[in-house]
Amino acid sequence: MFYIFCPYCKEHREEEEFHARGQAHLMRPSDPDNTSDEEWGDYLFFRNNPRGIHHEMWVHSVGCRKFFNITRNTVTYDILETYPMGEQPTITAATPDVRHEQGVQVADGGWQTVGARSENKALNEETSS
Amino acid sequence: MQRYSGFGLVKHALGHHENWERQWRNPEPKKRYDVIIVGGGGHGLATAYYLAKEFGVKNVAVVEKGWLGGGNTARNTTIVRSNYLWDEAGRLYNHSLDLWKGLSQDLNYNVMFSQRGVLNLGHTLQDMRDIQRRVHANRLNGIDSEVVTPQQIKEIEPQLDISSRARYPIMGASWQKSAGVARHDAVAWGFARGADALGVDLLQNTEVTGFKIRDGKVLGVHTNRGDIEANTVGCVAAGNSGVLANMAGIKLPLESHPLQALVSEPLKPILNTVTMSNHVHGYISQSDKGDLVIGAGIDGYLGYGQRGSYPTIEHTLQAIVEMFPMFSRVRMNRQWGGIVDTCPDACPILSKTKVKGLYFNCGWGTGGFKATPGSGHVFAASLAKGEMHPIAAPFSIDRFHTGALIDEHGAAGVAH
Ligand SMILES: Cc1cc2nc3c(=O)[nH]c(=O)nc-3n(C[C@H](O)[C@H](O)[C@H](O)COP(=O)(O)OP(=O)(O)OC[C@H]3O[C@@H](n4cnc5c(N)ncnc54)[C@H](O)[C@@H]3O)c2cc1C
Ligand SMILES: [Zn+2]
Repeated sequence: MFYIFCPYCKEHREEEEFHARGQAHLMRPSDPDNTSDEEWGDYLFFRNNPRGIHHEMWVHSVGCRKFFNITRNTVTYDILETYPMGEQPTITAATPDVRHEQGVQVADGGWQTVGARSENKALNEETSS
Repeated sequence: MQRYSGFGLVKHALGHHENWERQWRNPEPKKRYDVIIVGGGGHGLATAYYLAKEFGVKNVAVVEKGWLGGGNTARNTTIVRSNYLWDEAGRLYNHSLDLWKGLSQDLNYNVMFSQRGVLNLGHTLQDMRDIQRRVHANRLNGIDSEVVTPQQIKEIEPQLDISSRARYPIMGASWQKSAGVARHDAVAWGFARGADALGVDLLQNTEVTGFKIRDGKVLGVHTNRGDIEANTVGCVAAGNSGVLANMAGIKLPLESHPLQALVSEPLKPILNTVTMSNHVHGYISQSDKGDLVIGAGIDGYLGYGQRGSYPTIEHTLQAIVEMFPMFSRVRMNRQWGGIVDTCPDACPILSKTKVKGLYFNCGWGTGGFKATPGSGHVFAASLAKGEMHPIAAPFSIDRFHTGALIDEHGAAGVAH
């Protein structure tokens, strides 16, 4: 059960007041007439699905009804920060401290991979894949 | 392999059941195989079984990070049906249903496939229009399916509240008589035992941590037990498929969510069939042991923890009590979650990738148990021939760029 801090109401409220609305910071192709099928498909259907740190949009649906962003660990379910629309996260998988603390592993190419199995140290070492 | 039979059961009873042979070996990984299957759930094990049995590829390894069938296969609510809307999906799920019918005999393993039927309820005019459309499409595709009235529903499942007092009165349903349930663990174990007997190595506690790829071709996998080589690798890893794909530099249009289920204390037989409702959002059946098996929708957020939130459980039980008021005081025994790989069009992905020799079979989301034998069969055919089987071909990853989606949200809904 999440206890979520709404950056607009400035209060922690129970999960049931909110709805998860998927990956944050998605950008609609800026030049639709010159966007390829590949780019449209990527924009519409392909999402980051990390086993680790995720930036996602939530809406305070039965509260202030505003959208905002959450940085969350998708394995431990720890909420690391919440921030209003238009702002950027301060915590990302690229931050070594965070990565270590959250047990996240990043492969070549920046993908988050196996990580986040804190009970298994060996797999949390950084390896290239 | 020791074959199971009624006679064998009596013989072993006399020996106090102390001399049953192990169902499969626990081999050391070889350096090289013809095919590696990543993921030892039902789909992966079925793929290995059919590869060895029907396509003559016996030098196969199934690489599983935990124990066999411990993922969604062990966590699902075992509903088997094939009444999907579109031709492509109908063909795939009905191919599977055909295989279910002879599966216990084929595997010499009782998978307890019980064709007790499935009701998909309609509570609004639009529900009923959608049901009619789906049932007609099913019949054109040779899938057994009919529309039933509330009175017919009452005969099939007397405990359902069909009265007009209900908050969402039942207006009718689709009824697939040949649908039903099966025993999830037995399916994984039966395929595992059959595959092992044909020479497949089942490698448990072996986690794939990366792929060996050179010049765009897959050469094998890295695991926590060393590297294993093969020129054909099939990934069948359900909720973790995206993680594996990323290791190979591939993106999949999947999102992994927790999906929960729960069972009650065992009761005397009370339900005849499986009842599902998209509208009040819940479904229920009764296992042979007597527990009510209950489920509903996914938790809305991404999650790799095999658990979900309490509000989802509460909503699930509200739906059940809405349909079956008499269950309001039944006590729940256990609750758990699996990680389901949901796809934008609620259909699976069976596909080649841009890496030669690397295939994915995933995206089954909330409803792939029913497809276990069919998915394994067509995926095995594709791996053996290097060309996607005609039933599998429409489910390529390319559809998310060409736009040829197969939208099964209506038939999937809450209905797994
Ligand atoms: C609560 C719930 C209810 C459901 N109800 C139904 C239902 O009623 N009817 C229906 O048809 N479907 C249902 N489903 C869906 C169904 O369970 C799945 O679609 C199906 O079981 C998927 O089978 P699988 O073999 O692909 O996946 P799994 O059984 O999850 O197997 C995947 C395996 O891959 C392994 N793996 C992952 N990563 C790695 C790695 N890096 N290295 C090695 N191994 C790895 C995992 O450990 C796992 O064992 C339900 C699912 C859930 C969670
Ligand atoms: Zn708010």
